[in-house]
Formats: sequence, C-alpha cells, structure tokens
Amino acid sequence: MTTRSQIIQRKKIYEIPPTRKLFLGIVELLIALVILLGFVINTEPNTLTRFVMTPGGIDIGKMPDWVIPTLPTLIILTIIPALIGLYQLVRGFGRATNGMVGLSALCLIFGFITWQASGTSVNLAGMFTSAVLLAVPITLGAFSGVLSERAGVVNIAIEGMMLMGSMIGSLIGSITNNAWIGLVGAILSGLLLSLIHAILSIKYKINQVISGTVINIFSAGMTAFISQKYLQTNQALNSPPLFTRIPIPGLAKIPLLGPMFFNTNVFVYLTFILLIVIQVALFSTRWGLRLRSVGEHPRAADTLGIDVIRTRYEAVLLSGIVAGLAGGFFTLGSVGRFNEGMTAGKGFIGLAAMIFGNWRPLGAMGAGLIFGFADAIGSKLLLLGSAIPPQIMAMAPYLITMIVLAGFIGKGDAPAADGEPYEKE
Amino acid sequence: MAPILELKGITKQFPGVLANDHIDLALNKGEILALLGENGAGKSTLMNILYGLYQPDEGDIFINDEKIVINSPTDAIDAGIGMVHQHFMLIPVFTVVENIMLGQESVKFGDFLDRADASKKILEISEQFNLPVNPNDLVRDIPVGIQQKVEIIKLLYRQAEILIFDEPTAVLTPQEADELFDIMRSLAKQGKSIIFITHKLREVLEVADRIMVIRLGAVVGETTPQQADKNSLAAMMVGREVSLVVEKETKVPGDIVVSIRDLLVTDKYQNIVVDHVSLDVRAGEVVGIAGVQGNGQTELVEAITGLRKSAGGQVTLMGRDITHATPRKITELGSAHVPEDRQMDGLVLPFPTAENLVLCTYYKKPFSKGAVLQYQIILEHAKRLIHDFDIRTPSALTPVSNLSGGNQQKVIIARELSRPIQFLMASQPTRGLDVGSIEYIHKRLVQKRDEGCAVLLVSPELDEVMELSDRIAVMFRGKILAIVDSQLVTKEQVGLMMTGEIPEEGFHANENRVVERTF
Repeated sequence: MTTRSQIIQRKKIYEIPPTRKLFLGIVELLIALVILLGFVINTEPNTLTRFVMTPGGIDIGKMPDWVIPTLPTLIILTIIPALIGLYQLVRGFGRATNGMVGLSALCLIFGFITWQASGTSVNLAGMFTSAVLLAVPITLGAFSGVLSERAGVVNIAIEGMMLMGSMIGSLIGSITNNAWIGLVGAILSGLLLSLIHAILSIKYKINQVISGTVINIFSAGMTAFISQKYLQTNQALNSPPLFTRIPIPGLAKIPLLGPMFFNTNVFVYLTFILLIVIQVALFSTRWGLRLRSVGEHPRAADTLGIDVIRTRYEAVLLSGIVAGLAGGFFTLGSVGRFNEGMTAGKGFIGLAAMIFGNWRPLGAMGAGLIFGFADAIGSKLLLLGSAIPPQIMAMAPYLITMIVLAGFIGKGDAPAADGEPYEKE
Repeated sequence: MAPILELKGITKQFPGVLANDHIDLALNKGEILALLGENGAGKSTLMNILYGLYQPDEGDIFINDEKIVINSPTDAIDAGIGMVHQHFMLIPVFTVVENIMLGQESVKFGDFLDRADASKKILEISEQFNLPVNPNDLVRDIPVGIQQKVEIIKLLYRQAEILIFDEPTAVLTPQEADELFDIMRSLAKQGKSIIFITHKLREVLEVADRIMVIRLGAVVGETTPQQADKNSLAAMMVGREVSLVVEKETKVPGDIVVSIRDLLVTDKYQNIVVDHVSLDVRAGEVVGIAGVQGNGQTELVEAITGLRKSAGGQVTLMGRDITHATPRKITELGSAHVPEDRQMDGLVLPFPTAENLVLCTYYKKPFSKGAVLQYQIILEHAKRLIHDFDIRTPSALTPVSNLSGGNQQKVIIARELSRPIQFLMASQPTRGLDVGSIEYIHKRLVQKRDEGCAVLLVSPELDEVMELSDRIAVMFRGKILAIVDSQLVTKEQVGLMMTGEIPEEGFHANENRVVERTF
C-alpha cells in the first residue's frame, strides 16, 4: 500500500500522550522514593564514600581518589528526580521527556553505588574501564547488525557467528601461538557462517530469522562438541596468547579517559576505527548509498541497474567478518581460553543495541556503552559483597535491555525492506 | 524518417495467459503515443519487456533501426529508455539528489559522493525542462506531484530519449495531471519520445498524438484523438458498447443515518491525518468524498468502520454511538464496508468463494449451529449469490484468489449488499477494474441508494464521485474543505478544491472550515 505512506500531511502533535506523561512522572517520583527509603534512611551520618579513579594495574594516567560525604550526596540524588518528577506531572518536559527519565535513572544508579560503597571504597575508574571492554562485543555485534540490516537482511545469527569465532580464535591462536593468526581464524569462521546465512536467505529466500536461528543452534552444538572432545582434554589447544594493552603515547596519560580508551587492547581501538569507517562508508560513499537503497527499496535500486543480490551478499559477508572479530575478543582479548556458551547472548544484546541506536553506527556504539556499563555495575557490585543476590545483579543488564526495548523504542527508522527477500518480478 | 523505437512481433506467455500476442509497435521521435487498454490487457507486460524486467518469448526490439537485446534495466537505461513507474521508485528517506543520482552517482576521491556536483546537474535539467525541485529535500517530505517530477528528472539525468509513463495520473489531482500533460508536451517538443500507458479515455484524447488500443494481449486498433471519441475508444477497449453514464433519478434524501462529528484521527507518529471532520449521510443519498489519495480518506474510512481508533470526536449510526465500537458490532448494526484494498482487507484469498461470502455472518444462524459451520447452507447461500450477482467462478468452492479482480470485487459486493443494511461504506469500489465491471458496480450502488440506503463513497476518481454522488465532500490534508451539491458544481471547481483552493464565488466558510454551497 503506497497510499498510506504518502500522507502529505506533516503536522505533528508534539504533546506527549497524557497517560505517558503521568506514567513517567510517577516513575521519576518512585525513583526518588527508592533512593530515599532504600539508601538515605540506611546511611549513617558522617560516613564517606571513596571512589578510586585509577583502574588497578595501571601506572600511567593516575588520578587522585574522589572522596564524598555519603549522606548529603544521597540527599541531593533524591531531590533531583523528585523535582524532575513533580515538574513532569505538573508541566511536562515535552521533547526532553526521555532525557529526563534517563537523568533520573542515572541518579538511581549513582545513588546505589554511593550507598553500596559507603564507609569503604569502590574503583569507579575500574568500573568504567571494564564497561568499555564489556561494550566491545556488544558494539561490534551491533555494527555487524547495522551492515547486514541496512541492506535489508536480518541477521540474528550474529550470536552464533561470535561463538564460533571465539572458539576458532582460541583454537587457531593456541596452535600457532599467535593471537593475530587466531584473530584471522575467528574472522574467517564468521565469514563462513555468514556465507551460509547469505546463501540460505538471499539465494534460497528462506525466512531470515529461521536461517539465523539454524546457524545459532549449529554454532552452539558444534562449539560445545569441539570444546568437550578436544579443548577440554588437551589444554594446549585452548590457551591462546592474549592481546596485551597497547598504550597510545601521550593520550594514555589523560586521567580517567586515558586508561579507558587509550591504554587498552587492540579490540577497543578496532571498534573505534570501525565506527568511523562504517559511518563514513554508509553515509558518504557511493557504495553506502547503494547498500542503503537495497535495504530501503530493492525494486527501485534494481530499476536503476544496481545489483541487489550482489549488494546484499557483500553486506552479509561484511557483517559476518565483524561478528567473527567480536567473537575473537572473548578468547583473544579478554578471557584467554574458550568456555562453552561464553558469548552468553552478547550477540542478541548487540542487536538490541543496533535497534536502540536506530541502525546507525554512532547510536549503536552509544547503546553498546550503556549496556556495557550495566554489565560492569553488575559484576563490580558482586565483588563488593552487596546484599542483593548475585543472580539478581547478573540479571540487571538484561532487565535493562528489556525495559529499554519495550519502553523507549518504537519501530524507529528501520530500513523499509528489512527482512524481506528480494524477488524479481 | 525511421521510427526511434520499433517492437516487432513481441509475444510473452505466462502460465495460462498469453499476455502479449505478436504485438507490433512503432514510436516516432518527438511523438506521444498512448497505449490504451484495460487492466490485464498486457500493457504493463509489454513495457516491462521493453524495460528489461521480462524477456519476450518471441519478437525483436529495434532502436533507430538497430536490433537490440534488453536483458536488464541497465541495458534499457543504456539504450536510452526510461520509465516513470506507476508506484514511484523513490526511496522516501533519501533526498531528491540521492534518489536521482542513485546508480549513476557523482563521485570524488574515488568513491565519495559528490552531492554538490549532482545537484548542479539536476538544477540544469530542472531549468531546461521546467521541472522545479529542491535537490536537498527528503522525498518523504514533498508532495506527490513533485515526487513525480523527481521521477522524470531521474530519467532525463540518465539521458533517456524514450520515456515510458505507466499510469502516471493515478496519484495526481486533475490540476497536477494537466500540469503533467504540459510537461509531456514540452518534453516531446524538445525531441523526447513518449509512450503513455493509461486506461483513462479523457487523458488519451487530451495529450496523445496517436493511440494504440490493446485488448487481451493483442493490438486491436490504432487511431488518433481527431478520429476517435470516448465511446468509440471504450468500445475498442472492452470489445462491446458500454454505457459511460450512470443513470440515476433525483431523490429527496431521508433521515440522517450516519453522523460524524469533529472526528480526529492520528497515525502512529501522532500526525493528524483526519482533522476534525464533520459529515452527515442521509438515507437514500450518496455522499462522495473527493480528494487526492493520501489526504486522510483511508484513515477516515477505517475510523468509521471501527478498524482504527479515533483520537477524538464522535460517529453515530442510526443514533447509536459507534465511535469506539468493534467492527463486528458496527456491522451488526446494519452497516456494510467495501474496503479500499480488496485483497488485503476484503477477502481471505485462499478461502473458497462460498466462505468469503459469509465472512460477516458465518457465526450466526443459519450458517452456524453452536460451534459447527453448516456447510450445506453456506453452499446454497453461495450458489444463490453467485447467480444473483453474476459472479464468474468455476464453482462455489474455488478459492477467490483464482478469480479476476472484477469478480473478486463482485464477491465483496454480494456479501455486503445481500445483507439488510442501512449504511454502505464504499471505498474505491472500482479501483483497478475494467470498464464492464465498473458499469455493473455503479449500477448496484445506485440501486442500493434508491432502496433507501445511506451510501458514503470514497474515490480518487473525480469522474466517479461526480457521477454517483448527490453531495460531494472535498477532503484535503485531513480536512473536509467543502460539501457541495453535485448538480451545482463543475468538475473543474471540485478539482480545484482537491488542491486546497476554495473558489470564491458562491461559497462561504464557517469557522469549522466546512463550506456549504449556497444558491
């Protein structure tokens, strides 16, 4: 139906629907209440919270610790969302509504950390640094999704490609005792799986979700089999060399940011390089224009002489390369060995980050960092010995993902032909 | 002089259909050739062959006396052939310049887009052929008329010499259509050759230099606007004499059946698409809603029939509030709906004809006993309607997907009109149908009106609205701009109103912007 989309009318109601206005106002007040009842009341006066601002094991870019009085800080953190909530109920923030909800959530998170660490110290910089590292596979997964879906092919096989990539990366890295060759192996395995996905979904026009699911199941089974049969029995096959930290001269000395972004491993640098490359390639080059046209309106592209099938193959194969790279991160950039199911749904969270980021590389990276941060808080508080059961903490990032997906994102600007196989007339 | 394009003996067979049967066609330089025929006559197949989307089974294509083979749109573009498709081949989220240069991009430093260079070229073409566009606008933000100009520039950008226009006026107002004809004439004058595909007789007579009529895949005649008139062309198209005029007596309408007050409908992006519409439909009258597609008619119809939530206002049927009623409730209160898209919203295509004929009533006696369908009764019911409404189907058990468009529409008409109804909501009831079926459906609608039913008709075909309606409501950008007596306005006046202009003389506006004509 073309007629429905061709509405000439462009008048918008900027007003947020009244129920949503009310609901978000109440949510913000509840946040204030949680901080008040949960944290402020349980805090002894005159306690201090110490934030360590240099991650452990880092010598360059040191920064003095940050010490704050716990109670006053928490009280301020109660007042901010309370005011926001009241204003939201009375007047409303219009277009800034979502931002204000985000600010309130930030108060909640910061309040929680401050309260947990009252009378002791928490390594904030370490948390940020691990957030960046945890964001790497999510962001790369999101990039992988952007490449494929911008050309109109849904790729939910990213999880499987990552898992296979991490296993192959470990195996080949161990055999050759060279992390770089291991990484090439990881990338090739992602490429191979994406070729299968491309053939099934582009050539044979199998439902793309089913094709992706099949690859995920295959990868889970295959990696488990090889792991149990060979990697567990012969540890020499499962001990690849790790990529070490490479400080960037000069930049690494910046306090806080230096250790986070400029004194870290090659995967973080590659993620930033890919961010720029993909952003420029998609939106400023002929290749990108054609790729996006195929994802939006393949028939129009076809009538202008663009090879839809070939373009989609290119996109899906590139998507596989990036997913394989993301897989390599787990074994070669983080853990140093392969464990069964070690990607733990990061590929799917990457897809969520892609949607959250509106199918744009920059947005995808922002979303990836948010999810990575959620992950980092979870594991940090686990170490602090929080009163909250560790299982609940481990659930938090996924819970956040669900809330974010359900509450804040509609359909977004998904490519119009996303998921539709192209058939010539 | 040799023709610029010649098709010789083009034949294309699809399973069960001979779409093109040895078609010969010659196009001269600077000429506008109209290809006239009903839907399914084979015009589009022929043009898709010419554009490389299909391969012919037999026959040859010559350009400037040179035989060529066109295997893909790229070949067609290289041969100087360009096509303005019926459904625009534009990408809404791309800008005008991105849409135009796609496939033949201006680049610098290897592969980087040079939008400025392409914009310059576009503005040159825009200047030369008088096709004003703004290269940096997003296509989704510009009106349909301008989108079509973008399509035309797309062809000229590729140096096309032969331009094919496939049903180009379907989405235009009469004024925009006239403007398009001016553009076509000026293109022809500057040496471009044009093939104009249509089934609208008026347009052919107005703009063509030469007319070729196609029926059932074969050329049945060739004529010129000077030699032909509407009736002779219609007869050639259909293969028999047809009546182009709807016969209808004047009647005094009865009580108000449907009353719409201040209806407000928004789309999923919170855009207002139906803007405080108020309208009454009385027993025994046809109210036609005229307007270019996409001005809120679809949403208005969906709100009235309960398929879409309204954001404000009220709709009553026989005095009962149906604003938030379910579609089934509204149907049971005595209303019928002929939807705009019959295949999407009107029928369950894989179901047999008999089951489609009881879609609104299957759960009631006598078609159901408890939870069990009474097939014997459903079949008898179907056979009766197939006979009464002259539905051409091999049997009552044939899936409706196997029926022609006209017969599919008859299934819907039979289902909706055979029930006792007080209100009929007919949305584009003759869309894409052949002249014969149109004639039949028009007769049925008028018959229902004469029986005292209130009929609300929505159609982008101004001729249809003018002929069937007692009163006409003109819809523009979600508003009812004017409600006029169909006997007292000219087609030109209504056409002008469809563009958002209200002719001064004889009209006055009240604060709701609802204009009643006063004489």
